[in-house]
Amino acid sequence: MSAPLRSADLAWTSPVAVADAPRARAHVVTRVARFQAREVMRSRWLIAYGCFFLVVTEGLLRFTGGDARTILSLASIVLYVVPLLTLVFGTVYLYNAREFTELLLAQPIDRRALFAGLYSGLTIPLVLAIAIGVGGPFLMRGFADPLPRAMLAAVIGTGAALTMIFTAIAFCIALWCEDRLRGLGAAIGVWMLGAIVYDGLVMAAVAAFSDYPLEKPMLMLTLANPIDLARVTLLLQLDVSALMGYTGAVIQQFLGGATGTLVAVCALALWIAGPIALGLHAFARKDF
Amino acid sequence: MIVSRGLTKTYGSVPVLRGVDLHIARGRVTAIVGPNGAGKTTFIKSLLGLTRPDGGTITFDGVAIGADASYRARIGYMPQIAHFPENITGTELLGLLRELRGTDACDERLVDALGVRPSLDKKLRVLSGGTRQKVNAAAAFLFAPDLYVLDEPTSGLDPLSSGILKERITAERDLGRTIILTSHILSEIDELADDIVYLCDGTVHFAGGVTELKRQTMTTSIERSIAALMRREVAA
Repeated sequence: MSAPLRSADLAWTSPVAVADAPRARAHVVTRVARFQAREVMRSRWLIAYGCFFLVVTEGLLRFTGGDARTILSLASIVLYVVPLLTLVFGTVYLYNAREFTELLLAQPIDRRALFAGLYSGLTIPLVLAIAIGVGGPFLMRGFADPLPRAMLAAVIGTGAALTMIFTAIAFCIALWCEDRLRGLGAAIGVWMLGAIVYDGLVMAAVAAFSDYPLEKPMLMLTLANPIDLARVTLLLQLDVSALMGYTGAVIQQFLGGATGTLVAVCALALWIAGPIALGLHAFARKDF
Repeated sequence: MIVSRGLTKTYGSVPVLRGVDLHIARGRVTAIVGPNGAGKTTFIKSLLGLTRPDGGTITFDGVAIGADASYRARIGYMPQIAHFPENITGTELLGLLRELRGTDACDERLVDALGVRPSLDKKLRVLSGGTRQKVNAAAAFLFAPDLYVLDEPTSGLDPLSSGILKERITAERDLGRTIILTSHILSEIDELADDIVYLCDGTVHFAGGVTELKRQTMTTSIERSIAALMRREVAA
Protein backbone atom coordinates (compact mmCIF):
# COMPACT_ATOMS: atom_id res chain seq x y z
CA MET A 1 0.00 0.00 0.00
CA SER A 2 1.45 3.29 -1.04
CA ALA A 3 0.56 6.60 0.54
CA PRO A 4 -2.28 8.50 -1.09
CA LEU A 5 -1.04 10.73 -3.84
CA ARG A 6 -1.95 14.33 -3.99
CA SER A 7 -3.32 15.50 -7.25
CA ALA A 8 -0.79 18.33 -7.32
CA ASP A 9 1.97 15.73 -7.63
CA LEU A 10 0.49 14.35 -10.79
CA ALA A 11 -1.30 15.58 -13.82
CA TRP A 12 -0.51 19.27 -13.75
CA THR A 13 3.18 18.84 -13.27
CA SER A 14 3.53 15.95 -15.67
CA PRO A 15 6.15 16.65 -18.32
CA VAL A 16 3.94 15.75 -21.26
CA ALA A 17 0.89 17.72 -20.18
CA VAL A 18 2.87 20.93 -19.93
CA ALA A 19 5.26 20.24 -22.80
CA ASP A 20 4.80 22.02 -26.09
CA ALA A 21 1.61 20.97 -27.83
CA PRO A 22 3.07 19.35 -30.98
CA ARG A 23 5.29 17.07 -28.92
CA ALA A 24 2.42 16.13 -26.65
CA ARG A 25 0.29 15.32 -29.69
CA ALA A 26 3.03 13.22 -31.28
CA HIS A 27 3.34 11.35 -27.97
CA VAL A 28 -0.38 10.56 -27.98
CA VAL A 29 -0.30 9.44 -31.63
CA THR A 30 2.60 7.03 -31.14
CA ARG A 31 1.30 5.58 -27.86
CA VAL A 32 -2.24 5.02 -29.11
CA ALA A 33 -0.98 3.63 -32.44
CA ARG A 34 1.38 1.20 -30.71
CA PHE A 35 -1.33 0.02 -28.33
CA GLN A 36 -3.90 -0.34 -31.07
CA ALA A 37 -1.49 -2.12 -33.45
CA ARG A 38 -0.60 -4.58 -30.70
CA GLU A 39 -4.29 -5.25 -30.08
CA VAL A 40 -5.11 -5.72 -33.78
CA MET A 41 -2.09 -7.92 -34.48
CA ARG A 42 -3.25 -10.36 -31.83
CA SER A 43 -6.72 -10.65 -33.28
CA ARG A 44 -7.48 -14.00 -34.86
CA TRP A 45 -9.10 -12.22 -37.72
CA LEU A 46 -5.94 -10.39 -38.71
CA ILE A 47 -3.89 -13.57 -38.46
CA ALA A 48 -6.42 -15.29 -40.76
CA TYR A 49 -6.14 -12.37 -43.17
CA GLY A 50 -2.34 -12.68 -43.33
CA CYS A 51 -2.58 -16.48 -43.70
CA PHE A 52 -5.02 -16.08 -46.58
CA PHE A 53 -2.46 -14.10 -48.58
CA LEU A 54 0.26 -16.53 -47.60
CA VAL A 55 -1.70 -19.54 -48.82
CA VAL A 56 -2.85 -17.87 -52.04
CA THR A 57 0.64 -16.63 -52.91
CA GLU A 58 2.25 -19.94 -52.08
CA GLY A 59 -0.36 -21.76 -54.13
CA LEU A 60 0.07 -19.48 -57.13
CA LEU A 61 3.84 -19.82 -56.96
CA ARG A 62 3.58 -23.60 -56.95
CA PHE A 63 1.12 -23.84 -59.79
CA THR A 64 2.27 -21.08 -62.12
CA GLY A 65 5.97 -20.97 -61.41
CA GLY A 66 6.54 -17.39 -60.32
CA ASP A 67 6.53 -15.47 -63.57
CA ALA A 68 4.59 -12.35 -64.55
CA ARG A 69 1.35 -14.36 -64.65
CA THR A 70 1.68 -15.18 -60.96
CA ILE A 71 2.05 -11.51 -60.14
CA LEU A 72 -0.96 -10.64 -62.31
CA SER A 73 -3.19 -13.17 -60.59
CA LEU A 74 -1.96 -11.92 -57.23
CA ALA A 75 -2.66 -8.35 -58.31
CA SER A 76 -6.28 -9.07 -59.16
CA ILE A 77 -6.80 -10.89 -55.86
CA VAL A 78 -5.32 -7.96 -53.93
CA LEU A 79 -7.50 -5.48 -55.86
CA TYR A 80 -10.72 -7.30 -54.93
CA VAL A 81 -9.97 -8.72 -51.51
CA VAL A 82 -8.13 -5.86 -49.82
CA PRO A 83 -10.90 -3.25 -50.16
CA LEU A 84 -13.64 -5.67 -49.08
CA LEU A 85 -11.90 -7.11 -46.05
CA THR A 86 -10.45 -3.77 -44.96
CA LEU A 87 -13.92 -2.19 -45.05
CA VAL A 88 -15.61 -5.04 -43.19
CA PHE A 89 -12.89 -5.55 -40.60
CA GLY A 90 -12.47 -1.81 -40.11
CA THR A 91 -16.14 -1.01 -39.51
CA VAL A 92 -16.77 -4.04 -37.27
CA TYR A 93 -13.64 -3.26 -35.28
CA LEU A 94 -14.55 0.39 -34.83
CA TYR A 95 -18.10 -0.40 -33.69
CA ASN A 96 -16.70 -2.84 -31.12
CA ALA A 97 -14.18 -0.25 -29.92
CA ARG A 98 -16.84 2.39 -29.35
CA GLU A 99 -16.89 2.28 -25.53
CA PHE A 100 -13.13 2.09 -25.35
CA THR A 101 -12.84 5.10 -27.66
CA GLU A 102 -15.07 6.98 -25.22
CA LEU A 103 -12.76 6.07 -22.35
CA LEU A 104 -9.79 7.39 -24.35
CA LEU A 105 -11.69 10.56 -25.25
CA ALA A 106 -12.20 11.19 -21.53
CA GLN A 107 -8.41 11.34 -21.08
CA PRO A 108 -6.60 14.68 -21.34
CA ILE A 109 -5.65 14.23 -24.98
CA ASP A 110 -6.37 15.98 -28.24
CA ARG A 111 -9.09 14.39 -30.38
CA ARG A 112 -7.16 14.77 -33.62
CA ALA A 113 -4.11 13.10 -32.13
CA LEU A 114 -6.31 10.26 -30.90
CA PHE A 115 -7.76 9.83 -34.39
CA ALA A 116 -4.30 9.72 -35.94
CA GLY A 117 -3.25 7.09 -33.40
CA LEU A 118 -6.32 4.91 -33.90
CA TYR A 119 -6.06 5.17 -37.71
CA SER A 120 -2.38 4.23 -37.83
CA GLY A 121 -2.88 1.49 -35.29
CA LEU A 122 -5.51 -0.12 -37.49
CA THR A 123 -3.76 0.47 -40.85
CA ILE A 124 -0.25 -0.69 -39.97
CA PRO A 125 -1.19 -4.29 -38.98
CA LEU A 126 -3.36 -4.66 -42.09
CA VAL A 127 -0.50 -3.51 -44.34
CA LEU A 128 1.94 -5.79 -42.53
CA ALA A 129 -0.40 -8.75 -43.07
CA ILE A 130 -0.37 -8.08 -46.83
CA ALA A 131 3.37 -7.51 -46.97
CA ILE A 132 4.17 -10.69 -45.06
CA GLY A 133 1.46 -12.79 -46.71
CA VAL A 134 2.33 -11.78 -50.27
CA GLY A 135 6.05 -11.11 -49.84
CA GLY A 136 6.89 -14.07 -47.59
CA PRO A 137 6.68 -16.89 -50.11
CA PHE A 138 8.72 -14.88 -52.64
CA LEU A 139 11.30 -14.06 -50.00
CA MET A 140 11.68 -17.73 -49.13
CA ARG A 141 12.48 -18.45 -52.76
CA GLY A 142 15.21 -15.85 -52.67
CA PHE A 143 14.10 -13.59 -55.55
CA ALA A 144 16.05 -15.33 -58.29
CA ASP A 145 14.65 -13.02 -60.94
CA PRO A 146 14.94 -9.21 -60.66
CA LEU A 147 11.75 -8.57 -62.65
CA PRO A 148 9.28 -10.08 -60.14
CA ARG A 149 10.96 -8.13 -57.36
CA ALA A 150 9.88 -4.72 -58.72
CA MET A 151 6.49 -6.10 -59.69
CA LEU A 152 6.00 -7.61 -56.27
CA ALA A 153 6.85 -4.29 -54.64
CA ALA A 154 4.21 -2.65 -56.86
CA VAL A 155 1.58 -5.20 -55.78
CA ILE A 156 2.36 -4.75 -52.08
CA GLY A 157 2.47 -0.96 -52.48
CA THR A 158 -0.93 -0.99 -54.16
CA GLY A 159 -2.30 -3.20 -51.38
CA ALA A 160 -0.94 -0.73 -48.83
CA ALA A 161 -2.51 2.24 -50.62
CA LEU A 162 -5.89 0.46 -50.84
CA THR A 163 -5.66 -0.40 -47.14
CA MET A 164 -5.02 3.24 -46.25
CA ILE A 165 -7.95 4.41 -48.40
CA PHE A 166 -10.48 1.86 -47.19
CA THR A 167 -9.53 2.03 -43.51
CA ALA A 168 -10.22 5.75 -43.70
CA ILE A 169 -13.56 5.07 -45.43
CA ALA A 170 -14.38 2.52 -42.70
CA PHE A 171 -13.73 5.25 -40.11
CA CYS A 172 -16.07 7.62 -41.97
CA ILE A 173 -18.82 4.97 -42.11
CA ALA A 174 -18.48 4.03 -38.43
CA LEU A 175 -18.55 7.70 -37.43
CA TRP A 176 -21.57 8.59 -39.54
CA CYS A 177 -23.79 5.54 -38.96
CA GLU A 178 -24.72 5.01 -35.34
CA ASP A 179 -26.32 1.68 -36.18
CA ARG A 180 -23.75 -1.03 -36.75
CA LEU A 181 -25.85 -3.15 -39.08
CA ARG A 182 -26.47 -0.19 -41.34
CA GLY A 183 -22.78 0.64 -41.11
CA LEU A 184 -21.80 -2.86 -42.17
CA GLY A 185 -24.31 -2.66 -45.00
CA ALA A 186 -22.81 0.64 -46.12
CA ALA A 187 -19.32 -0.89 -46.04
CA ILE A 188 -20.36 -3.77 -48.28
CA GLY A 189 -22.28 -1.32 -50.49
CA VAL A 190 -19.18 0.84 -50.96
CA TRP A 191 -17.19 -2.20 -52.01
CA MET A 192 -19.86 -3.42 -54.44
CA LEU A 193 -19.99 0.02 -55.97
CA GLY A 194 -16.23 0.40 -56.33
CA ALA A 195 -15.32 -3.14 -57.30
CA ILE A 196 -18.27 -4.33 -59.38
CA VAL A 197 -21.04 -1.86 -60.21
CA TYR A 198 -18.69 0.91 -61.29
CA ASP A 199 -17.05 -1.21 -64.00
CA GLY A 200 -20.46 -2.20 -65.31
CA LEU A 201 -21.50 1.44 -65.55
CA VAL A 202 -18.27 2.34 -67.33
CA MET A 203 -18.85 -0.48 -69.84
CA ALA A 204 -22.40 0.69 -70.42
CA ALA A 205 -21.17 4.25 -70.98
CA VAL A 206 -18.54 3.06 -73.45
CA ALA A 207 -21.15 1.10 -75.38
CA ALA A 208 -23.64 3.96 -75.39
CA PHE A 209 -21.19 6.64 -76.49
CA SER A 210 -19.01 4.55 -78.74
CA ASP A 211 -19.29 7.11 -81.55
CA TYR A 212 -17.61 9.81 -79.48
CA PRO A 213 -14.00 10.25 -78.41
CA LEU A 214 -13.89 8.73 -74.93
CA GLU A 215 -10.28 9.20 -73.93
CA LYS A 216 -10.73 12.07 -71.52
CA PRO A 217 -13.99 10.87 -69.88
CA MET A 218 -12.46 7.42 -69.45
CA LEU A 219 -9.47 8.91 -67.78
CA MET A 220 -11.64 10.93 -65.42
CA LEU A 221 -13.76 7.88 -64.61
CA THR A 222 -10.65 5.93 -63.78
CA LEU A 223 -9.38 8.61 -61.45
CA ALA A 224 -12.79 8.81 -59.74
CA ASN A 225 -12.77 5.23 -58.43
CA PRO A 226 -9.91 4.27 -56.10
CA ILE A 227 -10.08 0.58 -57.01
CA ASP A 228 -9.91 1.33 -60.75
CA LEU A 229 -7.18 3.83 -60.13
CA ALA A 230 -5.19 1.31 -58.12
CA ARG A 231 -5.67 -1.29 -60.84
CA VAL A 232 -4.46 1.06 -63.55
CA THR A 233 -1.51 2.29 -61.51
CA LEU A 234 -0.54 -1.28 -60.78
CA LEU A 235 -0.92 -2.50 -64.34
CA LEU A 236 1.15 0.44 -65.58
CA GLN A 237 3.90 -0.68 -63.24
CA LEU A 238 3.56 -4.25 -64.42
CA ASP A 239 3.74 -3.04 -68.02
CA VAL A 240 0.93 -5.29 -69.17
CA SER A 241 -1.63 -2.64 -70.03
CA ALA A 242 -2.12 -4.27 -73.41
CA LEU A 243 -4.09 -6.81 -71.44
CA MET A 244 -6.55 -4.13 -70.42
CA GLY A 245 -8.08 -3.68 -73.85
CA TYR A 246 -9.37 -0.36 -75.04
CA THR A 247 -9.18 1.55 -71.73
CA GLY A 248 -5.75 0.14 -71.14
CA ALA A 249 -4.52 1.41 -74.46
CA VAL A 250 -5.98 4.84 -73.81
CA ILE A 251 -4.54 4.99 -70.36
CA GLN A 252 -1.21 3.70 -71.54
CA GLN A 253 -1.20 6.55 -74.01
CA PHE A 254 -2.14 9.15 -71.40
CA LEU A 255 -0.61 7.79 -68.28
CA GLY A 256 2.23 5.69 -69.64
CA GLY A 257 5.73 6.88 -68.90
CA ALA A 258 7.04 8.77 -65.93
CA THR A 259 4.47 11.61 -65.99
CA GLY A 260 1.58 9.20 -66.18
CA THR A 261 2.83 7.22 -63.23
CA LEU A 262 3.30 10.42 -61.32
CA VAL A 263 -0.27 11.53 -62.07
CA ALA A 264 -1.66 8.15 -61.04
CA VAL A 265 0.35 8.06 -57.81
CA CYS A 266 -0.70 11.64 -56.96
CA ALA A 267 -4.34 10.73 -57.58
CA LEU A 268 -3.95 7.74 -55.25
CA ALA A 269 -2.38 9.99 -52.62
CA LEU A 270 -5.39 12.30 -52.91
CA TRP A 271 -7.66 9.29 -52.49
CA ILE A 272 -5.83 8.48 -49.26
CA ALA A 273 -5.80 12.06 -47.96
CA GLY A 274 -9.47 12.80 -48.76
CA PRO A 275 -11.15 10.10 -46.65
CA ILE A 276 -8.61 10.64 -43.84
CA ALA A 277 -9.47 14.35 -43.77
CA LEU A 278 -13.20 13.56 -43.78
CA GLY A 279 -12.83 11.00 -40.99
CA LEU A 280 -10.69 13.37 -38.93
CA HIS A 281 -13.25 16.11 -39.35
CA ALA A 282 -16.10 13.79 -38.33
CA PHE A 283 -14.14 12.42 -35.37
CA ALA A 284 -13.25 15.89 -34.09
CA ARG A 285 -16.88 17.02 -34.16
CA LYS A 286 -18.77 13.87 -33.24
CA ASP A 287 -20.96 13.55 -30.15
CA PHE A 288 -20.05 10.23 -28.59
CA MET B 1 -16.47 23.31 -8.66
CA ILE B 2 -18.66 22.47 -11.65
CA VAL B 3 -21.23 24.99 -12.78
CA SER B 4 -23.51 24.41 -15.74
CA ARG B 5 -25.75 27.14 -17.08
CA GLY B 6 -28.63 26.69 -19.48
CA LEU B 7 -27.21 23.50 -20.92
CA THR B 8 -29.21 22.27 -23.91
CA LYS B 9 -28.73 19.34 -26.24
CA THR B 10 -30.97 17.90 -28.91
CA TYR B 11 -30.34 14.61 -30.68
CA GLY B 12 -32.09 14.79 -34.02
CA SER B 13 -35.45 16.16 -32.97
CA VAL B 14 -35.37 14.76 -29.44
CA PRO B 15 -34.44 17.31 -26.76
CA VAL B 16 -32.30 15.53 -24.16
CA LEU B 17 -31.14 18.47 -22.07
CA ARG B 18 -33.50 21.43 -21.82
CA GLY B 19 -31.66 24.07 -19.88
CA VAL B 20 -29.70 22.35 -17.11
CA ASP B 21 -28.53 24.75 -14.39
CA LEU B 22 -26.39 23.04 -11.81
CA HIS B 23 -23.78 23.74 -9.22
CA ILE B 24 -21.74 20.79 -8.06
CA ALA B 25 -19.88 21.52 -4.84
CA ARG B 26 -16.26 20.64 -4.17
CA GLY B 27 -15.49 17.91 -1.68
CA ARG B 28 -18.91 16.30 -1.81
CA VAL B 29 -20.50 13.25 -3.35
CA THR B 30 -23.21 14.31 -5.75
CA ALA B 31 -25.56 11.64 -7.03
CA ILE B 32 -27.35 12.33 -10.30
CA VAL B 33 -30.57 10.37 -10.35
CA GLY B 34 -33.59 10.23 -12.57
CA PRO B 35 -35.55 7.91 -14.83
CA ASN B 36 -34.08 6.43 -18.01
CA GLY B 37 -33.72 9.04 -20.71
CA ALA B 38 -33.66 11.89 -18.21
CA GLY B 39 -30.36 13.20 -19.58
CA LYS B 40 -27.94 11.88 -16.92
CA THR B 41 -25.54 10.32 -19.39
CA THR B 42 -25.71 13.28 -21.76
CA PHE B 43 -24.87 15.62 -18.90
CA ILE B 44 -21.89 13.50 -17.89
CA LYS B 45 -20.72 13.22 -21.49
CA SER B 46 -20.96 17.00 -21.86
CA LEU B 47 -18.86 17.42 -18.74
CA LEU B 48 -16.24 15.03 -20.14
CA GLY B 49 -16.22 16.73 -23.53
CA LEU B 50 -17.51 13.62 -25.31
CA THR B 51 -20.62 15.47 -26.41
CA ARG B 52 -20.88 19.11 -27.33
CA PRO B 53 -23.94 20.86 -25.95
CA ASP B 54 -26.01 22.96 -28.36
CA GLY B 55 -26.30 25.81 -25.89
CA GLY B 56 -25.17 26.82 -22.43
CA THR B 57 -21.84 26.42 -20.71
CA ILE B 58 -20.11 24.19 -18.20
CA THR B 59 -17.29 25.64 -16.17
CA PHE B 60 -14.72 23.67 -14.23
CA ASP B 61 -13.27 25.85 -11.45
CA GLY B 62 -14.38 28.92 -13.35
CA VAL B 63 -12.87 27.87 -16.70
CA ALA B 64 -15.32 27.05 -19.49
CA ILE B 65 -14.98 23.56 -20.93
CA GLY B 66 -14.08 23.83 -24.60
CA ALA B 67 -11.62 22.56 -27.13
CA ASP B 68 -8.68 22.42 -24.70
CA ALA B 69 -8.47 18.90 -23.33
CA SER B 70 -6.11 19.60 -20.44
CA TYR B 71 -8.85 19.94 -17.81
CA ARG B 72 -9.50 16.23 -18.21
CA ALA B 73 -6.17 15.53 -16.50
CA ARG B 74 -8.08 16.36 -13.32
CA ILE B 75 -10.91 13.89 -13.98
CA GLY B 76 -11.05 10.18 -13.32
CA TYR B 77 -13.84 8.60 -15.38
CA MET B 78 -15.37 5.20 -14.89
CA PRO B 79 -17.75 4.34 -17.74
CA GLN B 80 -20.77 2.20 -17.11
CA ILE B 81 -19.77 -0.66 -19.40
CA ALA B 82 -16.30 -2.12 -19.12
CA HIS B 83 -15.97 -2.88 -22.81
CA PHE B 84 -12.23 -2.99 -23.45
CA PRO B 85 -10.20 -4.22 -26.43
CA GLU B 86 -10.11 -8.00 -26.22
CA ASN B 87 -6.55 -8.93 -27.05
CA ILE B 88 -4.63 -6.84 -24.59
CA THR B 89 -3.95 -7.32 -20.89
CA GLY B 90 -5.00 -5.19 -17.95
CA THR B 91 -1.36 -4.20 -17.44
CA GLU B 92 -1.16 -2.92 -21.02
CA LEU B 93 -4.42 -1.03 -20.61
CA LEU B 94 -3.33 0.69 -17.40
CA GLY B 95 0.06 1.32 -19.03
CA LEU B 96 -1.59 3.12 -21.95
CA LEU B 97 -3.58 5.35 -19.60
CA ARG B 98 -0.40 6.12 -17.71
CA GLU B 99 1.43 7.03 -20.92
CA LEU B 100 -1.43 9.21 -22.11
CA ARG B 101 -1.46 11.03 -18.79
CA GLY B 102 2.30 11.36 -19.05
CA THR B 103 2.97 10.16 -15.55
CA ASP B 104 4.57 7.16 -13.89
CA ALA B 105 3.18 8.02 -10.49
CA CYS B 106 0.13 5.91 -10.00
CA ASP B 107 -2.22 5.13 -7.19
CA GLU B 108 -2.78 1.41 -7.60
CA ARG B 109 -4.32 0.82 -4.19
CA LEU B 110 -7.67 -0.11 -5.69
CA VAL B 111 -6.01 -2.72 -7.94
CA ASP B 112 -4.85 -4.53 -4.81
CA ALA B 113 -7.93 -3.80 -2.70
CA LEU B 114 -10.20 -5.32 -5.36
CA GLY B 115 -7.80 -8.23 -5.82
CA VAL B 116 -7.36 -7.83 -9.58
CA ARG B 117 -3.54 -7.79 -9.56
CA PRO B 118 -3.31 -11.54 -10.48
CA SER B 119 -5.69 -10.99 -13.42
CA LEU B 120 -3.80 -8.05 -14.88
CA ASP B 121 -1.49 -10.17 -17.02
CA LYS B 122 -4.31 -12.08 -18.66
CA LYS B 123 -5.99 -10.88 -21.82
CA LEU B 124 -9.08 -8.86 -20.98
CA ARG B 125 -11.15 -11.18 -23.17
CA VAL B 126 -10.74 -14.12 -20.80
CA LEU B 127 -11.70 -12.14 -17.68
CA SER B 128 -15.23 -12.32 -16.29
CA GLY B 129 -17.49 -9.30 -16.63
CA GLY B 130 -17.12 -8.57 -12.92
CA THR B 131 -13.32 -8.68 -13.06
CA ARG B 132 -13.32 -6.34 -16.08
CA GLN B 133 -15.51 -3.98 -14.10
CA LYS B 134 -12.93 -4.07 -11.29
CA VAL B 135 -10.19 -3.14 -13.79
CA ASN B 136 -12.49 -0.35 -14.98
CA ALA B 137 -12.88 0.94 -11.43
CA ALA B 138 -9.16 0.72 -10.70
CA ALA B 139 -8.42 2.68 -13.90
CA ALA B 140 -10.61 5.58 -12.77
CA PHE B 141 -8.77 5.85 -9.45
CA LEU B 142 -5.21 5.67 -10.85
CA PHE B 143 -4.30 9.32 -11.08
CA ALA B 144 -5.62 10.92 -7.88
CA PRO B 145 -7.90 13.28 -9.79
CA ASP B 146 -9.75 16.21 -8.25
CA LEU B 147 -13.00 15.02 -9.75
CA TYR B 148 -14.34 11.50 -10.12
CA VAL B 149 -17.09 10.83 -12.63
CA LEU B 150 -18.51 7.38 -11.95
CA ASP B 151 -21.31 6.05 -14.13
CA GLU B 152 -23.10 3.34 -12.16
CA PRO B 153 -19.87 2.34 -10.44
CA THR B 154 -21.07 -0.74 -8.59
CA SER B 155 -23.10 -2.35 -11.37
CA GLY B 156 -21.78 -5.83 -12.02
CA LEU B 157 -19.62 -5.92 -8.89
CA ASP B 158 -20.06 -8.53 -6.18
CA PRO B 159 -21.18 -7.20 -2.73
CA LEU B 160 -17.67 -7.41 -1.28
CA SER B 161 -16.03 -5.44 -4.11
CA SER B 162 -18.91 -3.04 -4.20
CA GLY B 163 -18.35 -2.36 -0.48
CA ILE B 164 -14.61 -1.78 -1.07
CA LEU B 165 -15.35 0.65 -3.88
CA LYS B 166 -17.90 2.53 -1.79
CA GLU B 167 -15.42 2.80 1.09
CA ARG B 168 -12.88 4.22 -1.31
CA ILE B 169 -15.37 6.76 -2.66
CA THR B 170 -16.10 8.00 0.86
CA ALA B 171 -12.38 8.13 1.66
CA GLU B 172 -11.70 10.23 -1.45
CA ARG B 173 -14.51 12.58 -0.45
CA ASP B 174 -12.96 12.93 3.00
CA LEU B 175 -9.69 13.94 1.30
CA GLY B 176 -11.57 16.83 -0.29
CA ARG B 177 -12.11 15.28 -3.73
CA THR B 178 -15.34 15.76 -5.61
CA ILE B 179 -17.38 12.80 -6.80
CA ILE B 180 -20.21 12.75 -9.30
CA LEU B 181 -21.98 9.44 -9.67
CA THR B 182 -25.09 8.04 -11.22
CA SER B 183 -26.89 5.04 -9.86
CA HIS B 184 -30.19 3.26 -9.96
CA ILE B 185 -29.55 1.62 -6.62
CA LEU B 186 -31.22 3.93 -4.15
CA SER B 187 -29.79 2.29 -1.02
CA GLU B 188 -26.34 2.95 -2.43
CA ILE B 189 -27.16 6.61 -2.95
CA ASP B 190 -28.46 6.68 0.61
CA GLU B 191 -25.11 5.38 1.76
CA LEU B 192 -22.85 7.63 -0.33
CA ALA B 193 -24.49 10.86 -1.44
CA ASP B 194 -24.17 14.26 0.21
CA ASP B 195 -26.07 16.04 -2.54
CA ILE B 196 -28.76 14.84 -4.89
CA VAL B 197 -29.54 16.09 -8.37
CA TYR B 198 -32.82 14.83 -9.73
CA LEU B 199 -32.99 15.10 -13.51
CA CYS B 200 -36.17 14.44 -15.42
CA ASP B 201 -36.97 15.19 -19.07
CA GLY B 202 -33.76 17.16 -19.45
CA THR B 203 -34.28 19.63 -16.61
CA VAL B 204 -33.23 19.72 -12.98
CA HIS B 205 -36.23 19.03 -10.75
CA PHE B 206 -34.31 18.98 -7.52
CA ALA B 207 -30.75 19.86 -6.56
CA GLY B 208 -29.55 20.15 -3.03
CA GLY B 209 -28.42 18.45 0.13
CA VAL B 210 -29.80 15.21 1.40
CA THR B 211 -31.48 16.82 4.45
CA GLU B 212 -33.16 19.40 2.25
CA LEU B 213 -34.49 16.62 0.02
CA LYS B 214 -35.89 14.72 2.98
CA ARG B 215 -37.47 17.90 4.36
CA GLN B 216 -39.07 18.78 1.02
CA THR B 217 -40.50 15.34 0.46
CA MET B 218 -41.31 14.80 4.15
CA THR B 219 -39.61 11.42 4.25
CA THR B 220 -36.89 9.90 6.37
CA SER B 221 -34.73 8.09 3.84
CA ILE B 222 -33.30 9.07 0.47
CA GLU B 223 -34.80 5.95 -0.96
CA ARG B 224 -38.28 7.17 -0.07
CA SER B 225 -37.65 10.77 -1.04
CA ILE B 226 -36.48 9.83 -4.52
CA ALA B 227 -39.42 7.52 -4.89
CA ALA B 228 -41.58 10.46 -3.80
CA LEU B 229 -39.92 12.70 -6.43
CA MET B 230 -40.53 10.13 -9.15
CA ARG B 231 -44.14 9.70 -8.12
CA ARG B 232 -44.60 13.44 -8.15
CA GLU B 233 -43.45 13.45 -11.80
CA VAL B 234 -45.86 10.73 -12.70
CA ALA B 235 -48.75 12.52 -10.99
CA ALA B 236 -47.94 15.87 -12.59
